[in-house]
Amino acid sequence: MTPRRLLPAPRVPALLALLALVFLGTAWVATPAGAQSEADAARCAFTKPEAIEANGGPLGQSIWGRLCQVTDGKPTFPEGVAITVSQNGEEVATGTTDDGGIFVVEIPGNGTYQVTLDTKTLPKGFALTDEDRATLDNVNVNLGDQQVTFRLGEDTRGSRDLQDYLTTAAKGLRLGLILAVAAVGLSLVYGVTGLINFAHAELVTFGAIVAFVLNDAGMPFWLCIPFAIAAGCLAGYANDRLLWRPLRKRNMAMVSQMVVSIGLSIALRNIFLIGFGPNSKRYTAASGQREKDFGLVRLTPNDLIIMGICVVVLVLVTLILRKTRLGTAIRATADNPDLAASSGIGVNKIIAIVWIICGGMAALGGIMYGLSVTVTSDMGFILLLSMFAAVVLGGLGNAYGALFGAIILGVMQETSGLFVDTAYKFVVALAVLIVVLLVRPQGLLGTKERFG
Amino acid sequence: MSWLGVFLLALQTALGFPAASYALAATGLNLQFGYTGLSNFGMVAFLMMGAYGMAISADRGWGIWVGFALGITAAVVLALLLGIPTLRLRADYLSVVTIATAEILRLVIAARPSAELTGAARGIGGLSSELGFFRPNFIPEGSYGFGDDFVFNSRQLWSMLVCWSLVLLSTLLIRTWVRSPWGRVLRAIREDEDAARSLGKNVVIYKLQSFVIGGVIGSLAGAMMALDSGSVGPARWIAPLTFALYTVVILGGAGTVWGPIVGAVVYWFVLDFADGALNNLWFEVSDTTSGAFRLTLMGIGLMLLMVFRPQGILGNKKEAFAVGR
Repeated sequence: MTPRRLLPAPRVPALLALLALVFLGTAWVATPAGAQSEADAARCAFTKPEAIEANGGPLGQSIWGRLCQVTDGKPTFPEGVAITVSQNGEEVATGTTDDGGIFVVEIPGNGTYQVTLDTKTLPKGFALTDEDRATLDNVNVNLGDQQVTFRLGEDTRGSRDLQDYLTTAAKGLRLGLILAVAAVGLSLVYGVTGLINFAHAELVTFGAIVAFVLNDAGMPFWLCIPFAIAAGCLAGYANDRLLWRPLRKRNMAMVSQMVVSIGLSIALRNIFLIGFGPNSKRYTAASGQREKDFGLVRLTPNDLIIMGICVVVLVLVTLILRKTRLGTAIRATADNPDLAASSGIGVNKIIAIVWIICGGMAALGGIMYGLSVTVTSDMGFILLLSMFAAVVLGGLGNAYGALFGAIILGVMQETSGLFVDTAYKFVVALAVLIVVLLVRPQGLLGTKERFG
Repeated sequence: MSWLGVFLLALQTALGFPAASYALAATGLNLQFGYTGLSNFGMVAFLMMGAYGMAISADRGWGIWVGFALGITAAVVLALLLGIPTLRLRADYLSVVTIATAEILRLVIAARPSAELTGAARGIGGLSSELGFFRPNFIPEGSYGFGDDFVFNSRQLWSMLVCWSLVLLSTLLIRTWVRSPWGRVLRAIREDEDAARSLGKNVVIYKLQSFVIGGVIGSLAGAMMALDSGSVGPARWIAPLTFALYTVVILGGAGTVWGPIVGAVVYWFVLDFADGALNNLWFEVSDTTSGAFRLTLMGIGLMLLMVFRPQGILGNKKEAFAVGR
């Protein structure tokens, strides 16, 4: 068997420089595309609970909203602006905005209304983005009350500020960390057994689904995570004990084992599809998330929690690999199984432990991805391509490589949405893959000697 | 449905166009995987090239021959693009890169901005009328066969005839090639790449040739699928199709001349029979469930086959274990 280096010393500064370069490059290349400045939209966001609080009670039957204009990066609210509501050309009610820019105009009931903003009453410095949009025709009220929005201020569509770029990069970092958690197991298993496990995708899905089932049964979401991880560990162990260990004993060729893993992947994915259904579902903790402004970036509380959990787990795994006897044994097995066995390391035991770690981390990765997007029966398979790209980018079989590769890939995939159509963001992964294979086939952290 | 009906319906698919097109694609894959040991897990990309070559040609009114040419050219280009960086590397890289490429190409084709060329998610239709695939059909209208469950109409027979002819042609070509010194080098590479290299063979060139030829045959299969169904959309070209082809190749016997044909016939018979049996035993199986059940069966079948009979129906065990080592 070719010796595989699992953990060469990482060239961290070089990598960080590369990461920075990637990000800066993206920011430079980024050209305006048609979307309202996300930062401005977020700063002016207004919700019903806030309206109720400002109104000092239920909104009743009303048309409500808040006038808001971003001036010098800060939201400002015009006071005393007249808002007229009419129906079939006849005035029904009027109202004015308070010092918070909020207006609540009572209406007789459900129906279709025209809402007009009297531009003459706008204070100095305020203006409609589009003068022709002072009247909103066809405002349908079906549920008693209805929010309406008048856009104020210069047209910021198409322009993005630094916060938008940094936020996108932060979301990319989130995706990258999730990918890293999910992909490290793939890389570790490859390291110790040489198997590219296509069914790794299903370990990811499995974790997410177990957590969903528990969550759906009424268990608080955060409590579901340890149970789902435990289930993932068990699944990883079962994978090794019931399938891969017997196949190793038979000395099955690696490509044949890969085909077996493909069969397993297809079978499991479709069993999940039958059991879980084709629709995407959400964890209870995934709802009601709003982006908060942290100055440089806007993130939801879940984003922070996800990134926190991922970082802790990744640091933990790195420490285990580098500082403990178990880690040394894993690295030795990855380097040369025969030599490891003759030095008294129980190779099969080590492989089983690696599978357990792999199953648990894949499950966690799945839960985190499910929390940031949705849970579907094929989510693992969708992630698998990015995981492959990440693992190859970092160097096949290199645990640190998987980590760095995943983070770089996540950031690149997300930020690519700034300058190409988001539908093409996977192309970035492919382009990265092909370029890396052409220029540096051993990956960013791989060692050249592995190639003959 | 009676059990006889289930049997006949399964037989119809196993002899009809589905099996013929799978056999053609599997013949290409067999050259790559069975004879050369290249684990191309993105075979479906080559089929997609052939199908979209045909569809784009129909869309622009360029005719059927330009369609074939487009598909074949695209397949060659794709094979070179994928092969040149990966075939120098260890076998694992090819598998990872090909599966990723196939899925990404599909996503690109399905993406909204690609609509002008590929029709995006909607795809391109009206192929058969535009390209006149059925115009030379000399088989008179009517139904051929017996009973209610084993019948072909004249269009189906024409598709079958053309596709099975292509299968036969490519199989005979490959039979000649693999029995030549060139074929022996391919098998040598499969058995022991280093040994082949140390005998002075340029291993990468041989692998690349096999990869390109297999890809071209795959694109022909894709083109046939497009012509038969008359429309092309992105939903069909997913990874499970590649793995169905693997099942076909391994079932028939990887690295055997007639394996892909036998594999395709048996594969479709078993799958359709199981489908019919499922419908007979439980009623009201939804489409999703039935499709998922079918794929579950295929996945388990592929695993069991690989573990317990890697040589398939026609292969010999000694050779099978060397595949891809």
